[in-house]
Amino acid sequence: MKKLNPRRLWALCRKESYQIVRDPSSILVAFILPVILLFVMGYAINLDADHMRIGLLREDPGPAAVRLEQTLRASRYFEVHAGTSRDGLVTRMAHGEIRGIVIVKGDFTSKLKQGHGDAAIQVLTDGAEPNTAAFIAAYARGAFDTWQQGLAADLGAHPSPALDLRLRTWFNPSNVSRNFLVPGSIAVVMTIIGALLTSLVVAREWERGTMEALLATPVTKAELLMSKIIPYYILGMLAMVLCLGVSVFLMGVPFRGSLAALFGLSTLFLGCALGMGLFLSTVLRSQFNAALAALTSAFLPALMLSGFVFEIDSMPKILQFLTRIIPARYFASSLQTLFQAGTVGALLWVNALGLGLLMLFWLGLTAWKTRRTLD
Amino acid sequence: MTPGPAGKGPAIEVSDLVKRFHADGPTALDHVMTAMAHGRITGLVGPDGAGKTTLLRTLAGLLRPTSGSVRILGLDPFTQGDLLRDQIGYMPQKFGLYEDLTVLENLTLYADLRNVTGAERQRSFEKMLAFTNLEPFTGRFAAKLSGGMKQKLGLACSLLGTPRVLLLDEPGVGVDPISRRELWRMVRELAQGGMTVVWSTAYLDEAELCDDVRLMNQGQVMASGPPQTLLGQMRGRCFHLVNIAGHRRDVLQRALRAPEVMDGVIQGANVRLVLREAGQRPDLAQLEAGPGAAMVEVAPHLEDAFISLLGGGPGGDSALAEFMPQVELDPRIDPRAVIEARQLTKRFGEFAATDDVSFKVAKGEVFGLLGPNGAGKSTTFKMECGLLKPSEGQALVMGIDLKSSPSEARQRLGYMAQKFSLYAQLTVRKNLVFFSGVYGLEGELQQVKIQEMVEAFALAPFMDTLTGELPLGFKQRLALACAVMHEPQVIFLDEPTSGVDPVTRREFWTHINGLAQKGVTVMVTTHFMDEAEYCDRIGLVYRGKLIALGTPDELKQGVATPEHPNPTMEDAFIELVTEADR
Repeated sequence: MKKLNPRRLWALCRKESYQIVRDPSSILVAFILPVILLFVMGYAINLDADHMRIGLLREDPGPAAVRLEQTLRASRYFEVHAGTSRDGLVTRMAHGEIRGIVIVKGDFTSKLKQGHGDAAIQVLTDGAEPNTAAFIAAYARGAFDTWQQGLAADLGAHPSPALDLRLRTWFNPSNVSRNFLVPGSIAVVMTIIGALLTSLVVAREWERGTMEALLATPVTKAELLMSKIIPYYILGMLAMVLCLGVSVFLMGVPFRGSLAALFGLSTLFLGCALGMGLFLSTVLRSQFNAALAALTSAFLPALMLSGFVFEIDSMPKILQFLTRIIPARYFASSLQTLFQAGTVGALLWVNALGLGLLMLFWLGLTAWKTRRTLD
Repeated sequence: MTPGPAGKGPAIEVSDLVKRFHADGPTALDHVMTAMAHGRITGLVGPDGAGKTTLLRTLAGLLRPTSGSVRILGLDPFTQGDLLRDQIGYMPQKFGLYEDLTVLENLTLYADLRNVTGAERQRSFEKMLAFTNLEPFTGRFAAKLSGGMKQKLGLACSLLGTPRVLLLDEPGVGVDPISRRELWRMVRELAQGGMTVVWSTAYLDEAELCDDVRLMNQGQVMASGPPQTLLGQMRGRCFHLVNIAGHRRDVLQRALRAPEVMDGVIQGANVRLVLREAGQRPDLAQLEAGPGAAMVEVAPHLEDAFISLLGGGPGGDSALAEFMPQVELDPRIDPRAVIEARQLTKRFGEFAATDDVSFKVAKGEVFGLLGPNGAGKSTTFKMECGLLKPSEGQALVMGIDLKSSPSEARQRLGYMAQKFSLYAQLTVRKNLVFFSGVYGLEGELQQVKIQEMVEAFALAPFMDTLTGELPLGFKQRLALACAVMHEPQVIFLDEPTSGVDPVTRREFWTHINGLAQKGVTVMVTTHFMDEAEYCDRIGLVYRGKLIALGTPDELKQGVATPEHPNPTMEDAFIELVTEADR
């Protein structure tokens, strides 16, 4: 690539900026869509179990059973609906009104008093939603333990459990899934902005016939490419600032890393996304085809293979391998780290390396495919 | 190396140029050999697909020649483009400017790209804006400009930096005759200033304005030379048959059967004939043109030369019309108003695309709608054939209001759309089967009808070809076949001959004339001025209004003045439109 004439480059960038500012759809994609997506992903996709509706059938009027019920009701994980018959509750579960049933049999107190340790509560769960079922089973067991400790304390005896297991969740101590979903969704949003918007720009020039007129002027290949990258890079960074602001100030997601690291990684990532969009646009020369290709090859992998919702470690080996060529994977991981853990050098450098290589690949491919002729 | 000085040798030299887009694909340019002189306007003339655009793009350095060479000012535009781009102004066929940028922003962008800066830029902007009369519109978005203004802006942008060679790809398309004259005035001025201009066009009448012409067909240059030289070969061969008694369409048909006649068209009340050889006239008695009929020699047109080069016209007998039954109208239908528009109006929001238009078309009449792009002729046309609902007024076909019972009327009318509207991915055979089926033809009748169309339009060799891969002329033929298979009594043709070569154009008009002789009522739109002369009557549409209605001769006579006793159709058009603007 030869000769980069600053005046021509500036003229083309200015032209591109006019087009961005005057095209309501680019503003929509760059500034409105991110906010909507962040809120949707931050609030609607909720992986935390809270207020799960369960049915309770307490056939035993005894104080121990009552206390168990109170323990269940006090838990913030459950919303307890008392039932009168087993069949009634089973029907309600079949209808999806409740997700599980806890049954305290009529002989509960008497068996407890006998002290053989065979007093039992039964927990039935709705296997149609395995996640919720597992949560209910686990939380019910937890509630049962709480109740048992309370009972023992009342009796003055100390059952001294063999083990005292204490769980601590680091980096996201309150275990709010929003705190890792929002950084991940920023990666998805930036993929949309980077790849989708740029997938349209070169194809648009071909479709409208402006490319033919441009190519007949002394403009060089390098100027053409740079004039597409620079304005959209700036637009992407503005959208990044917006995303950061919305996440931290509106959604209350903490940011613990350094802004410089965020800036650097975002630049590398935008390089990948812009390169990919430009490549599709250059090769397909049709806005419709390029946009479809950008959605399937950039947006969907970013959503599914970046580890933002689905953990990469639990994917089949071949998919795990595939995620390594998805830029959003490195960016989502970097963002999650920067937001939740802080600037963890070793991890971020690895991610930066991955992003850098992918950026060189896509931009190189675009440069190689950009022609100064109509053939 | 710098581009050679002016005046020495030709400005453009093309030698043995071949261009194929795929190794085994068709030849877009077939051993083209030509040279174009400094400071002259050279016209590249030919139908769509002749290779005009490919040649211009190769000259602009946008395409690599498959073999052969191109030199502009002594340099190869493909390999030495960096040295040449400042010297070449290129205006592509499609409007190549940014519609979301204003006039001034477009100019500024191209000034920057073409390295026009500082005081020079100020000077050239002032010059260009004055030159194009775009000064009052500098702040207007290019999207909001009219077709003519867009072309002028495109021209202005390609002229920045004062190139020595200007390549214009069909600048006259989509431009009304008034703006077209203005464009010509501007380009003429540039050529006088020493600029070498290449102007491509599908209009042969436009080509007559060039200094030098290259007639192109199927990738080859068929003839070269100044228009006068090309026309000279036709001198003594072109005649008007005047004072015709009886129907001139029948006279034309008989004349075209005479072996001495190469080509002929209807020209208002007269018939215009071109002879195979000067001096060998047909026997007037055999033409049965009436006792007063006489042959008067007229000036030849470039189109005559082109048709002569292509081997003559297609003859006067329409194979299609032979298969069509004589139209017997229902006695309840008024034969003077087979097609009728009553105060027809179409509004799109505030804008009236068609405004209070009324006319009647009689049985067997060929009625033409003429008007610049965007004047409303397509809207009027589409309401008449039931594709658009009028906002006010009535569109009637054979007395049936298209608003109340469009499907009943549609069965009796045939429609050929302006845009190619057959299924490109189906073969010719499947398109014929499909469209005949749509109109309710089935069984043996369907087979017979398809066979007739294949014969009438010589489609046999293409039956299993994908329609999208047909040459343009055959696409148009197939489209016409699909529109008439159900033997309609009324046909609507929307710019049926746009882009095809002159012989195919003749063939279309032979079919139209043949159908009219069978009593089929024809409504046609066109932007070719000469085609307007082939119609029995024309309606001139401008800014949604019907500003003139009458026979071609009436319209021409209407604008005749003592200084200008024999105006052409284009003169009449410009005069009537200018009058309407006052």
